Amino acid sequence: MKDTEGYVTADGRQIGGTLMEMRNITLRFGGVVAIQDISFDIHEGEVRAIIGPNGAGKSSMLNVISGFYTPSEGEVWYQGAKRPPMKPFEVARQGVARTFQNIALFEGMTVLDNVMTGRLTHMNAGIASQALWWGKARDEEMENREKVERVIDFLEIQNIRKTPVGRLPYGLKKRVELARALAAEPSLLLLDEPMAGMNVEEKEDMSRFILDVNDEFGTTICLIEHDMGVVMDLSDRVVVMDYGKKIGDGTPDEVRNNQDVIDAYLGVPHE
Amino acid sequence: MEFLADVFVTPFVDMVQAPDFLMQVLWEGLVSGILYALIALGFVLIFRSSRIFNFAQGIMVVFAALTLVGLFALGVPAWLSVGLTLVVMFVLAVVIERVVLRPLVGQPDIILFMATIGITLFLIGFGETIFGGENKVMITEELGIPTGDTVLEPFGGLLILQHLDITVVIVATLLVLALLAFLNYTQMGRAIRALGDDHQAALSVGISLQTIWVLVWFIAGIIALVTGIAWGARAGVSFALEVIAYKALPVLMLGGLESITGAIVGGLMIGILEKLFEIYWGQPLLGGNTETWFAFVLALIVLLFRPQGLFGERIIERV
Repeated sequence: MKDTEGYVTADGRQIGGTLMEMRNITLRFGGVVAIQDISFDIHEGEVRAIIGPNGAGKSSMLNVISGFYTPSEGEVWYQGAKRPPMKPFEVARQGVARTFQNIALFEGMTVLDNVMTGRLTHMNAGIASQALWWGKARDEEMENREKVERVIDFLEIQNIRKTPVGRLPYGLKKRVELARALAAEPSLLLLDEPMAGMNVEEKEDMSRFILDVNDEFGTTICLIEHDMGVVMDLSDRVVVMDYGKKIGDGTPDEVRNNQDVIDAYLGVPHE
Repeated sequence: MEFLADVFVTPFVDMVQAPDFLMQVLWEGLVSGILYALIALGFVLIFRSSRIFNFAQGIMVVFAALTLVGLFALGVPAWLSVGLTLVVMFVLAVVIERVVLRPLVGQPDIILFMATIGITLFLIGFGETIFGGENKVMITEELGIPTGDTVLEPFGGLLILQHLDITVVIVATLLVLALLAFLNYTQMGRAIRALGDDHQAALSVGISLQTIWVLVWFIAGIIALVTGIAWGARAGVSFALEVIAYKALPVLMLGGLESITGAIVGGLMIGILEKLFEIYWGQPLLGGNTETWFAFVLALIVLLFRPQGLFGERIIERV
């Protein structure tokens, strides 16, 4: 890795070395270029945001990180090694958890069961042992339950533990999805528009939870958002994308004063 | 008037007058019912985790029973044959996933359904080539399944319980309970249910589609073997066994393709009701042999009032 040095944030938090690095990522769908030659890195322990207007390629980038898309060109480096092309479930098993913009929960299952599926990446017991509910599988289930209960407490969803997810309002579903991702104890947590479609109060709650997660568990977070105000308060460093290209990268203050970024958001015509 | 009495009065009078016979009928209904429930569970598991209606379930019953009998005929000890048959069913699950399902991921459901018809036709031909088409006898005694009977005398009457039936009820009940526990209280079980709900989300929490598909097809294989042994012990092992699986169709219409409770309750209901109808209405009024169609008529009537089945999720179309 070229840069394993950490840095200190404006509010005095020590950030670790590089956890993930995207090198010259390009993503094409047929003739459409969704992402064009973008490089950036994510350091351990930081809150990294990817912002940009609609259609800028933010979600595509998140899908590349989580393995749902394979980049046409470029390399993904994770934990100091180049990552070969992988299926999403393999990426998940490497410690990358995510949420979705349009909420992808298991609607027919209870909140508790949903969050329990987050522990699947930590499952070691064999099928036979599970079928017989014996030995290792049993111990694991107990241990998983304990960890899951801690996450449920942390996100303040104890009172809906046994409720089928399909019956919950939107804001709570978003929180359950976050709980499921957290239950995996991820090294990298990807949040796809965690505040989309929320009212002011829900947004404040969600912001608080994101900061608390980063603070208490030291989880590295990479999030997409197009509400500039929220992003600037939350994140340590910001990547700005527009039309599939990177137009800015730096601390919120740096990005705010970047002329290209101002143009993109105020709608100056491209030449 | 006389006809109305035959339909609405006489059967119930008969039931009350000979309660021991009624119990006999109910018992036999229960035995078939629990087997229907078991097969329906096999369908539900595969449907929930992959949206595939597995047309091949019936032929899997035949294939499992034939393999078991065939291995025994080769001189393999009975219980070892059971173990080896399970291995064969596992290999079958792996092959089906690898060769048929994996290339078709993401195709419309109907394509996958047609693929299972293909599997059915292949297994019929393959099975006949290897084992031959003639009828065989299930190795009931060699497996240590008791074949005697117990006679009880409730209400001063007579109730005959075949030991084979008792064994079937016990084994099938245990298997159903074990499946329920597996689905509800283990991570693998949760993964199966999760996959049925949302593929994308399932991938994001590290569930491998391939592993789960092999697993549910293997479970369907285990169910096929148990049903094959139970039904084969009564009716002999032949390709006609396949129809037992189609008895699960009305069960699924009643219970809904999604619901595990539905499969169990539906199976028991159909088993018992079709027996009652046959004995008290079918034989005296319609000349018998109503069991072949009664279940379907019952299912159709239920569907008239509840299109989603008794336990299925309500279908609400947003406009």
